[in-house]
Amino acid sequence: MGIVKAVQLAFEYIRRDEEGNVEGITRAIDGVNLEIEEGQFIAVLGHNGSGKSTLAKHINALLHPTEGTVYVEGMDVREADKVWEIRQRAGMVFQNPDNQIIGQVVEEDVGFGPENLGVETKTIWERVEESLRAVGMYEFRKHSPNKLSGGQKQRVSIAGVIAMHPKCIILDEPTAMLDPNGRKEVIRAAKALNQVEGITIILITHYMEEVIHADYVYVMDQGKVVMKGKPKEIFSRVEELRKLRLDVPQVTQLAHELRKEGLDIPEGILTKEELVEAVKKIK
Amino acid sequence: MLKDITLGQYYQTESVIHRLDPRVKLIGTIAYILSLFLINKIQGYIVAILFLALVIRLSKVPFKFMVKGMKAILFLLLLTVAFNLFLTPGEVLVQIWKLTITKEGLKLAVLMAVRLTFLIIGSSVMTLTTTPNHLTDGMEKLMKPLRKIRVPVHEIAMMMSIALRFIPILMEETDKIMKAQIARGADFESGNLIKKAKALIPLLVPLFISAFRRANDLAMAMEARCYRGGEYRTKMKPLLYQRADRISYLVILIYLILCFGLGR
Repeated sequence: MGIVKAVQLAFEYIRRDEEGNVEGITRAIDGVNLEIEEGQFIAVLGHNGSGKSTLAKHINALLHPTEGTVYVEGMDVREADKVWEIRQRAGMVFQNPDNQIIGQVVEEDVGFGPENLGVETKTIWERVEESLRAVGMYEFRKHSPNKLSGGQKQRVSIAGVIAMHPKCIILDEPTAMLDPNGRKEVIRAAKALNQVEGITIILITHYMEEVIHADYVYVMDQGKVVMKGKPKEIFSRVEELRKLRLDVPQVTQLAHELRKEGLDIPEGILTKEELVEAVKKIK
Repeated sequence: MLKDITLGQYYQTESVIHRLDPRVKLIGTIAYILSLFLINKIQGYIVAILFLALVIRLSKVPFKFMVKGMKAILFLLLLTVAFNLFLTPGEVLVQIWKLTITKEGLKLAVLMAVRLTFLIIGSSVMTLTTTPNHLTDGMEKLMKPLRKIRVPVHEIAMMMSIALRFIPILMEETDKIMKAQIARGADFESGNLIKKAKALIPLLVPLFISAFRRANDLAMAMEARCYRGGEYRTKMKPLLYQRADRISYLVILIYLILCFGLGR
């Protein structure tokens, strides 16, 4: 069994009026099945309200499934006494960098997770150092988080999760509030963790460019997984993606248009280099 | 405009007093304040003055920062002095119209002025040499026994440090909202007090909404990082007494003995 496995997962948000009567039910996730192998870099795509963040919160046991369940390393998220173990194994990074940093100094924030786990003082310091080095923020350990840029803050948040020694990190739109440079920094850090440390990464995003290096992509719409496959396979279905209100990367778009005009270019081109190669071949 | 507000009044420098355990400083300050109110002879106050002068010297904080704290309570100080001066019954020294100054009143007024001045300067030394975060840590550890009577000591300390962390963020946010509202024609400057207070509503409502949203996010982020109250927690920077701290306790004890020996 994979490290994360969702079985027929469904979740309903129930809206109530002032007397507590049910006003309406929104099915945010509707029968999602997925299985993620250890060490993979997974991307979950979807526009706003597609249920991708709700899915992420289930993997961390922050939400309780209405139907079905999620297994993290074989542990059922519905079991109350497994909650802390699950949260240690599957760490989570959220969207807003300001609202997830607790410490007033970078190193204190990174130490927050291990402190909660009851790790010994000496080991906490070792973990803080190694985590900050892993995201390239070690020089900033004595700084106040308020003085850092958005990308740096998110890297501190990631370090805070790594310090808990998780098997898997869920990044819930970590780049949505960052500028292009910050976005690159964060994605680079996530990729490095995946490749060097072998941590499973689940990246939730609506930026297509961040997805092209993933091992596997899930596309969500209205609470359901509507497409899944390798990035190349997903991006060769340009028209379908457009119907889901998702933009493909510019290069893919260009390749697609050229192909439509009758040029001999394969579908699913993801990088500039690939396109250049393909264009060179046309004679 | 809101950028230059700093919380607390920590003065950054390297000194023996800065490095002391916050618990020592807290207990020392409390002991000092108590001593001020329990001694009543001039010799006692001389000891108190010398002790304070020594601590200030060691702390390397310029004296003018100590006096800064006085400005805030100047009015209170004058009021206390006036009340004591005019309303204490006893042997009449001077009488102007209905106001009488008695010998006892004069003595009491001077005493009060001296006590309050020392009290403020004494506690300023503590806040000037300890970061708010450190102070919170110290309080948490000192109040730990109160947990037995169900005082949520850890939670209070956690709330305080989160508040400290979020003050600059909310300041920045206030600034942003203010600019946004000014851009739409809001006027925060003109009018009388009531009008000005009313003008703050379009500032405070969005600020509160955003603060609640932040609180919600932060609670979730803390839970996701396995926060479950103080019970199983270990400390990254535990407070441990060093040699200097033990010596300081001894110094405080000697001070108290001297004070009570000479001053009562």
